[in-house]
Amino acid sequence: MKGSSGNGAALLLIPAIAFIVLLFLYPFGYGLFTSLTLADGSFSLANYGRFFSDARDLRTIGVTLGIALPVTLLAVGMAVPLSYHMRRGVPGEKLITFFLIVPVTLGTVLVSEGMLSFMGPNGWLNQLILALRLADKPIRFTHNYAGVAISVGLQGFPYAFLMLLGYISGINPDLEKASRMLGANNWQTFWKVLFPLMVPGIAIAFCLNFVMAFSVFPSAVLLGQPSGPQRVIALAAYQWAFEKFNFNAAAAISMIMAAIELLVIAIVLGWRSKMYKGASIVGKG
Amino acid sequence: MKDFKRISVRHLAKRFGEKFAVDDFSIEFGKEEFVTFLGPSGCGKSTALNCITGLIPITSGEIYIDDECIDDGRLSVPPEKREFGMVFQNYALFPHLTVRENIAFGLKLRKHAKSEVERRVAEALRLVHLEGYAGKFPAQMSGGEQQRVAIARCIVLEPRLLLLDEPLSNLDAKLRVELRHELKALHERLKVTTIYVTHDQTEALALSDRIVVLKLGRIQQVGSPQAVFSDPANPFVADFVGYKNGWRGKIEALGESGGKLMARVRTRGGLLEARLSYPEGDPRRSSLVDAYEAGKPVVSAIRPDDIVVGSGGGSNVFQCRAALVEYQGRACHVSASLVGLAGSGAGGLEERVDLRTTAGIAEDESFVASVHPDKVLFFALAEGAPEGAP
Repeated sequence: MKGSSGNGAALLLIPAIAFIVLLFLYPFGYGLFTSLTLADGSFSLANYGRFFSDARDLRTIGVTLGIALPVTLLAVGMAVPLSYHMRRGVPGEKLITFFLIVPVTLGTVLVSEGMLSFMGPNGWLNQLILALRLADKPIRFTHNYAGVAISVGLQGFPYAFLMLLGYISGINPDLEKASRMLGANNWQTFWKVLFPLMVPGIAIAFCLNFVMAFSVFPSAVLLGQPSGPQRVIALAAYQWAFEKFNFNAAAAISMIMAAIELLVIAIVLGWRSKMYKGASIVGKG
Repeated sequence: MKDFKRISVRHLAKRFGEKFAVDDFSIEFGKEEFVTFLGPSGCGKSTALNCITGLIPITSGEIYIDDECIDDGRLSVPPEKREFGMVFQNYALFPHLTVRENIAFGLKLRKHAKSEVERRVAEALRLVHLEGYAGKFPAQMSGGEQQRVAIARCIVLEPRLLLLDEPLSNLDAKLRVELRHELKALHERLKVTTIYVTHDQTEALALSDRIVVLKLGRIQQVGSPQAVFSDPANPFVADFVGYKNGWRGKIEALGESGGKLMARVRTRGGLLEARLSYPEGDPRRSSLVDAYEAGKPVVSAIRPDDIVVGSGGGSNVFQCRAALVEYQGRACHVSASLVGLAGSGAGGLEERVDLRTTAGIAEDESFVASVHPDKVLFFALAEGAPEGAP
């Protein structure tokens, strides 16, 4: 930081720092502060105490994890083999990628609305199922767990897939050849060479997907039963803030959300460093 | 290791779309032999290598180890079952594994006892002079060290056949020579049957028992380093192993003297004499005879080192004017315009002479050079060969 050039370079950091301070640190600090005060401004842990002693609110943690964890695991779990098969490119790759990106660009609300009519009791999907005699009465895909999970999965899978596809196609193809030449079959090559090298990508994809899924809100409201089994934690925060106008209680819930997300991320990153010892020193594949 | 006597590749072909990357590729090699596939980029040498490993499915042809067919285009033994070892240009070490784990990779797959794995890894490390590197990761090592690990990773498995795909091409000049010496010593010690792919004639000459020269997927010549270097089969091979001075001309006289073929050829620069030691029955000899009888063009090939400044080098004496002088340490490479062969009247000025000399020649200087007829080669030009091609 000595010399004029060092100072000049440091100035370039200002927009980024300002951005982080204004859009992240300040709101986060404000939220933390709000969660630790009562409506009259006095400091208290009562907002947290209230959440943990309210059975209806406390349940939301389990409900949300119950959606976010399996859906994320499934999305990432499906993205790994699919990206593996597409690592050298396949015919129609652009089309496949296009259809994966569409739900992301349309947004959750539109996709959820679409699902309501397409997958509803009188929707095309159920009419097809009935016509093919796969079931004798319509299967419920909406206003239940399945509806929320499908919607969250549709939103999350493309991210996981595209991220892992980029990751795996960046792995030197000669590594696979080398592994084969040393006596490993495709299965062994995947587990001993490609998978360990994909672990960092899998960890990041899992974290991002999980955070998105854990803050599920529109899907739960539109496709679940928001008053009961699919009352997710984000909905609880919303209700405290905008139905009961208790921003302090809502802030406490969002802090708890953040803490749970950080906990899951910490577990995943711990797994990653256990799986991939060479990560810190291996720059090039 | 399963013992064997010969590996034979018969009429191997590999087609990508409409294009044959390798065509009618047949070669047989014995145990312990060191064979090099030599050719410019795009000649199919790496494709041929990958076909032999099984990493690329072949279009047609057969590969045999003694009587065991390992590939005939329909039934193919997968690469992991062929017991071959491969070394790559970019080393292809597993970046998430240590040197020890890299070398033990194949041994562990073969379910050897732990003590055996440790013993053999240590032995392999000693063989490539990397004791003490076992705990390092590939990214912590230099390119030369990484390539030695890659070699150790193969030889620790005692492969039936070791395939090296331009293993030295990513290294700097000094390391390349060092590792080349090591490869030679290693082969002399272990006697692993080896196929080596390179575009570098020095590597091919230094290492090989036999060289296979390739062009556009087809074998041009198979022979000892000496044969390929001093007795090239065609203008392409000649050009690739360092012959220059491809001058076109028509044969004016063709005769025999003392078992040698004497040719007098009218080139654009004048008359050029050659004493060719092509034996009876050599296709180069019969095609020259055909070209003489049909009045078809032929082309010369002379090494730059064989052209001597001054008229003492032989009976082919020519006037030149230096156009470009390139200092190369020991000698200078001179590109000159051929003014004319002495005593032949004015020739064309378009012909170029390439020679290497220690005589100090300045650019634009006119000088006399000569070449002995023994050092001049002539080849009949293939039908439709492009103008200017050697």
